[in-house]
Amino acid sequence: MKYLFLLHSPDGPPLDQASVEYADLFAAYAEANAAMAEAGVLIDCGPLQAVSSATTVRVRDDRTILTDGPAAEIREQVGGYTLVECADLDEALKWAATVPAARTGWVDVRPVIATQAPS
Amino acid sequence: MVGDLATAEDAVQEACVSALIQWSAEGQPANPRAWLIGVARNKAIDRIRRDARRREKEAAALLEWGQRATAHAPDPVPDDELNLIFMCCHPALDPAARIALTLRSVCGLSTAEVAAVFVVPEQTMAKRLGRTRRKIRDAGIPFRTPGLEAFADRLDAVLRVVYLVFTQGHKASTGADLVRGELCDTAVRLARTLVVLLPGEPEVAGLLSLLLLTDARRAARIDAAGELVLLDDQDRHLWDQAMIKEGDHLLEQALRARRPGPYQLHAAIAACHSTAPHAAHTDWRQIALLYGELVRYEPNPVIEANRAIAVAMADGPAAGLVILDTLSHHPQLSRWPQLHIARADLLRRLGRNAHAQEAYRTALELNPSLPERTFIIRRIDQLKS
Repeated sequence: MKYLFLLHSPDGPPLDQASVEYADLFAAYAEANAAMAEAGVLIDCGPLQAVSSATTVRVRDDRTILTDGPAAEIREQVGGYTLVECADLDEALKWAATVPAARTGWVDVRPVIATQAPS
Repeated sequence: MVGDLATAEDAVQEACVSALIQWSAEGQPANPRAWLIGVARNKAIDRIRRDARRREKEAAALLEWGQRATAHAPDPVPDDELNLIFMCCHPALDPAARIALTLRSVCGLSTAEVAAVFVVPEQTMAKRLGRTRRKIRDAGIPFRTPGLEAFADRLDAVLRVVYLVFTQGHKASTGADLVRGELCDTAVRLARTLVVLLPGEPEVAGLLSLLLLTDARRAARIDAAGELVLLDDQDRHLWDQAMIKEGDHLLEQALRARRPGPYQLHAAIAACHSTAPHAAHTDWRQIALLYGELVRYEPNPVIEANRAIAVAMADGPAAGLVILDTLSHHPQLSRWPQLHIARADLLRRLGRNAHAQEAYRTALELNPSLPERTFIIRRIDQLKS
């Protein structure tokens, strides 16, 4: 089944892409992702731009309402995601622990509902 | 460890006054933990000295026990049952939910019985169980026994579950049967299997030891009329000496690893009871200290309640009552009939008969098991006359 890892990172400005820290973090993610790809569980992954770049979309009475920034109730900073296909939760948890964000922040492991067309 | 006061209930009643007199003059060791380990070690050394061939005998007994345990290995628990236990005890589940679900799904307790274990209303428990089952299904928690590494991580939850299954069987919380033997048997069976799977883990051996030492008294706990027989009044000839011997031996082996833990402490307490030739020989001072140790591992009011009872036995009812009075304001414990039975007993022994009757009546209102009810009513009648 599919699991979505929501990567929570500590608050703070994004790392300078020329910095050593950025290079280290990039390498750490590349390594973790490569291992998941090699094991055949990785579907997709990627870092997210800061929440300041978010736009919230709501449709009410057929009118699309756009708001700058994330919905107010989402206070946490999701800095990236990983989508994997695993046999069960144990396998997913094992991979989630390899994601660098688990060390500095935390990873929420969310099972994805397997949808099917209504019959 | 909500079930625990139930295990110690035998201690509550009919005090051994001689123990009070015997111990009241003595103080408490400065470092109880060191004392515990020291006592266990000294006990082992004493035994070796006492009999030159003791060591050989022990080795032989251990070998025999090991062979027996190994012989049990292929049959006792079907793989599916173990898989189910580990699924129910998965670390992705809330700790309390793990225990509740195992009791319900593995051990077949009713939702009402599980609710009684946790001292919550039945509806609350039904919701909690439903939520836990949904998480297992939706999150894809596997039906599988983990490998040895993950196994150690999950050990605490599994041991706790086995322990609670036993206490629930040892003294059923509701209904007519005070002892549900099949639950005790299930718990012992599970503990044996775990000992085979994890032979080097002293807490696993400690748990099995605890269950054996306690279960050994089963035949003596209920009389022909189906009524509870208190520890003091039990016919100790009915105690299963083979189980006591095995439990005591397991405990000694476990303590040698010098990695004490709550189950070894519980087992040491059970050993104090089960190896005493007469009730009057019970070492309440040691029991009180062991409970004092347990509080470090399980800092909860239930253990404190047990300590209060042991203190009452060692230092007199007034000393125990001070602790129980504090606990009777606890929101969960105050709904626990055993706490009020214990308080009533101490009040009775202090000659405060009116207060004792009041406490017994409070216990009656909290829906105790049928034999407990009979016991309480008898006590109230005695106090009236």
